[in-house]
Amino acid sequence: MALVTTSKKACSVNPLKMSQPIGGALAFLGIANCMPVLHGSQGCTAFGLVLFVRHFREAIPLQTTAMNEVTTIMGGMDNIAQALLNINSRAKPEIIGLCTTGLTETKGEDIHGDLKTIRSRHPELADLPIVFVDTPDFKDAFQDGWSKTVARIVEELVEKTAETIPGQVNLLVGSHLTAADIEEVIEIIEAFGLSPIVLPDLSGSLDGHIPQQFSPTTNGGTTVDQIRSMGGSLATLAIGQQMERAALELEMRTDVPYTLFDRLTGLDANDRLLMFLSGLSGKPVPLKYRRQRSQLADAMLDSHFFMGGKKVAIGAEPDLLWAIGSLLADMGCEISAAVTTTHSPLLEKMPCAEVLIGDLEDLEMRAGNCDLLVTHSHGRQAAERLGIPLFRAGLPCFDRLGANHKLSVGYRGSRELIFQVANVFLEHDHENAPDSWPLPEENHPGEHHEHVAQTQAV
Amino acid sequence: MAGVNTKVQEVFNEPGCDKNQGKSDKERKKGCTKQLTPGAAAGGCAFDGAKIALQPITDVAHIVHGPIACEGNSWDNRGSKSSGSRLYRTGFTTDISESDIVYGGEKRLYKAIREVIEKYDPPAVFVYQTCVTGLIGDEIEAVCKAAKEKFGKPIIPINAPGFVGSKNLGNKLAGEALLDYVIGTEEPETTTPYDINIIGEYNLAGEMWQIKPLLDHLGIRVLACISGDARYHEVASSHRARAAMMVCSKAMINVARKMEERYGIPFFEGSFYGISDTSDSLRQIAKLLVQRGAPEELLSRTEILIRREEARAWERLKGYRKRFEGKRVLLITGGVKSWSVVSALQEVGLEIVGTSVKKSTEEDKERVKELMGADAHMFDDMPPREMYKMLKEAQADIMLSGGRSQFVALKAKMPWLDINQERHHAYAGYEGMVTLVQEIDKSLYNPIWKQVRKQAPWEDCK
Repeated sequence: MALVTTSKKACSVNPLKMSQPIGGALAFLGIANCMPVLHGSQGCTAFGLVLFVRHFREAIPLQTTAMNEVTTIMGGMDNIAQALLNINSRAKPEIIGLCTTGLTETKGEDIHGDLKTIRSRHPELADLPIVFVDTPDFKDAFQDGWSKTVARIVEELVEKTAETIPGQVNLLVGSHLTAADIEEVIEIIEAFGLSPIVLPDLSGSLDGHIPQQFSPTTNGGTTVDQIRSMGGSLATLAIGQQMERAALELEMRTDVPYTLFDRLTGLDANDRLLMFLSGLSGKPVPLKYRRQRSQLADAMLDSHFFMGGKKVAIGAEPDLLWAIGSLLADMGCEISAAVTTTHSPLLEKMPCAEVLIGDLEDLEMRAGNCDLLVTHSHGRQAAERLGIPLFRAGLPCFDRLGANHKLSVGYRGSRELIFQVANVFLEHDHENAPDSWPLPEENHPGEHHEHVAQTQAV
Repeated sequence: MAGVNTKVQEVFNEPGCDKNQGKSDKERKKGCTKQLTPGAAAGGCAFDGAKIALQPITDVAHIVHGPIACEGNSWDNRGSKSSGSRLYRTGFTTDISESDIVYGGEKRLYKAIREVIEKYDPPAVFVYQTCVTGLIGDEIEAVCKAAKEKFGKPIIPINAPGFVGSKNLGNKLAGEALLDYVIGTEEPETTTPYDINIIGEYNLAGEMWQIKPLLDHLGIRVLACISGDARYHEVASSHRARAAMMVCSKAMINVARKMEERYGIPFFEGSFYGISDTSDSLRQIAKLLVQRGAPEELLSRTEILIRREEARAWERLKGYRKRFEGKRVLLITGGVKSWSVVSALQEVGLEIVGTSVKKSTEEDKERVKELMGADAHMFDDMPPREMYKMLKEAQADIMLSGGRSQFVALKAKMPWLDINQERHHAYAGYEGMVTLVQEIDKSLYNPIWKQVRKQAPWEDCK
C-alpha cells in the first residue's frame, strides 16, 4: 500500500508527463482511415507529431485547426469547419477525431454546438463520423486523453444491437500496450475460438508494415463498422485501469458486460485472463498456454537470483507503472521510488511506500541508491548522472528501435520482460575486488587522519 | 500582449530583406508567412521557432511558462551539441494547472524561477511565453523584471507564444529578445582583431566543430555563435565582434542587421554547406576582418588554407563521381538549405530533379534558378502523395528531407537521408561534404533495396 503524494514544486523539471490531447490523438491513430485533428495552434500538432514519429518511426497523420491569436479570441468554429472540409476533400477519411487543447479550452468553446452548426451548413459532412473530445493540456495527462477518447468513440459510435454476434468479444486496450502486446492478447483470445474487436488497434495501424499504396490517413486499425458492431459482443475485456471508463460506457449503452484486467504481466494476472476466457468460451486452456505458463514459472526460477532485493526506481504513467512495478515486485525487487503522471485508483495499491505524481527530477532525486531506472527515453540523462542502467519502458522511446514490438504481456511477454530486466542486472553485476570488504573505520576517523598528517609533517 | 504585437509588426518590417521592402504597407502588415490553412497545415509554431533559436545557449536554464504540452511533448528533442554545460537539455516548465488559468500563473512562474536558480544556479534564465499564459494575460516581462531585481541575475522574457505565427517568426522574435535584453550587456575579457560572430548556426550534430578547426587555424576567434554551443556570457558580449556571418538565411537577419546598426558590425550571408560555399564564406570572413583592421596577410593565409582543404576534400570525393553518375535526388527542405545543398550536391555530380522552396525567400529561389537552370523543378509544397508517386515511379533515386517525410520514401522502398534538425551526421564544411557524400553513397548502394523491393514469392505465383 502506497501513500500517494503530489509534487509541490512550482517548476516541473525534466517532465515525465505528456499532454492529454496527444494521448487522445494516439487513440484515434488506432482507428482505420482516421485523421486526428488537434484544435489549437499548429505547434500543438507539430510537437505531438514529431514525438510520435520518433517513437513509432512511422508516418503520423495528425492535423491542426491552425488557430492564431485572432481566431482564438473570436472563436474557432470557422477554423474547425475549414479543417473538417479540407481534410474531408483531401484525405477522404472514414472518421475524424477532434481533440481540444489548452488554448481553445482556456477560451472556452461550445464544440458540441459548433459541430451541429457546421453539419447543418455542410451537408457533404453528413455521413462522416466526427468524434470530439475535451482534452485541455492543463489538466490530467497522456493516458487520461487516451482513456477519454476511447470512451467518447464508444459514446458516439456504438449502438445497442438486438442480436449477439457469436464468439465476438470487445478488447479495449490502454495506451501502455504495444503493437506486440495487442497481437499477443488477440492470439490468446483467438486460441479459445473467440474473435476480438480491438479498440484502439495500434497493432493494425502503427506496427510498422509497408502498405501497398500511399495513404494520407491511418494505415489500418479498428474500422468504423467494427466499432459499430461492438454492441453485439458477448463480453468486453478492458486491459488497464484507464479503460474502465470506456468499458463502463459500453456496458451502460449496450449491456455488454465488462471485465477489467488491471495488468497482464506476471503469473497470477495471466492465470486470471485464461480462466476467464475458458469460462467465456467453454473451452479448456489450450496446451500451448499450459506450456507457456510452465516456461514463465521456470523463467521466474532462473531469474530470481538476480532480481531479488534489487532496488528499482520507476517513472511511468499509472497503468504502466502498475504493470511493470507489480511484476518486478513479484520477482523480489524492491520498488524504492515510483513517480507517475496522473491520478489512478491503482496508485495506492502499488507495492511501495510512496507514489509521487511528479517529474523525472523527483525520480532522479529518489533513485540515489537504486540499481535500475525504469522509465521512457527521457530518463537517459538521469541514468547517466546516477551511473545506473536505464530500462526503457513507455512512450516516448526515441533512442532505441522497435519500441512498438516489445512484448511484455501474457505468459510469453512476462517471461520476455523478466529475462530482459534480469539480463540488465546480470550485465551490471559488480565484481568483487580486494577492497570490497573493508573493515569499519575507527571511531574518530577525522582525528585519526589528523594525527597521521601531523606525524608526517614532523 | 500589446508588446508582442508591436514586436511582430516590427519584425515584419525588415529593411535588411529585399522581398519585405518590395511590399506595400498593407501587405507588409500581414507578415512574411502565408496564412495557414486549417486541416492542411504542417510545421511548428512561433514558440517552437524561438526555442530552436535560443535553446542551443548551453548554460542557460530555459523555462517554458505554459501547460505541459509545450515542453512535456518536446523537450530534449533537438540535436544541438554542447562542448560544456548540459543545462540546456534539462526541461523546465511551470506545467500550469486549471487553478493557474483561473487565478493567473505569474506567481507560479516567479516561484519557478526561484527554484531553478536555487537548484541549478545558471548565469541566466530564459522564460518562454506560450499561448495559454499569453491568453490569460500573464505578464512575463513584469515577472522577469521582478525576478531580475530579486535574484540579481539576468532573467530574459522570450515573448513568442505559438499562436502569433510560424517557426520563422519565432526565430525572429527570439532574436529581438537577445537584442533587447542580452547582447551588449556584458564585456568580453579580451578582444582581438580576429573576433567574429556567427549568427543563425545551431551546432546541429556538432557542425560548428567541423568549421571551428578551420577558423582556429587562421587565428580567427568565434566571439559568439548565436546560438550553437554558446555560453550566455559570449552572447551578452558579442557586440565587440569585428564582423559577423549570418548562416541560416533570413531567420535571424534582424539580429545581424541591428548589430550592424548599433555596433557597426558588418555582416554577410553565407553557408557552410558545400565545398565552394565553405570557401566563399571563409574568404568573406577574412575580407570583412581585414576591412575592419586585421592584418592583410589573413587573406593570403585564408587562400592557402582553402586551396589545401579543397584539394583534400576533392581527393576524398574523387571516387564518388562515377558512382553518382545519373543518380537523381529529390530534395525536400526549406530556406537556405535549398540552394546551399543544391550547389553542394551538384559538385559531386548528382542530378537534382526537384527541390522545395517552401521557406525560401525570393533571393533563395533566384539562387536555385541560377544553379539548376531556368526550368528548375521548384515547388512550394509537395504533398506527400506526390512525393510517394515520384519515388515509387523511380523519378528519383534518393530523397533528402526532414524526419517527418522520411516514411514517404521508405514506404516507397527508396533511399532516404535526413538533412534536417534531428539528423545524426554533421554536414558542414569540407569534412561535412565528405560525410554527406559518404552517407548518400551508403544509402544508395545498401544491399537492402534489392531485397525489400522483391515481391513475396507467393505474389509471383499469381
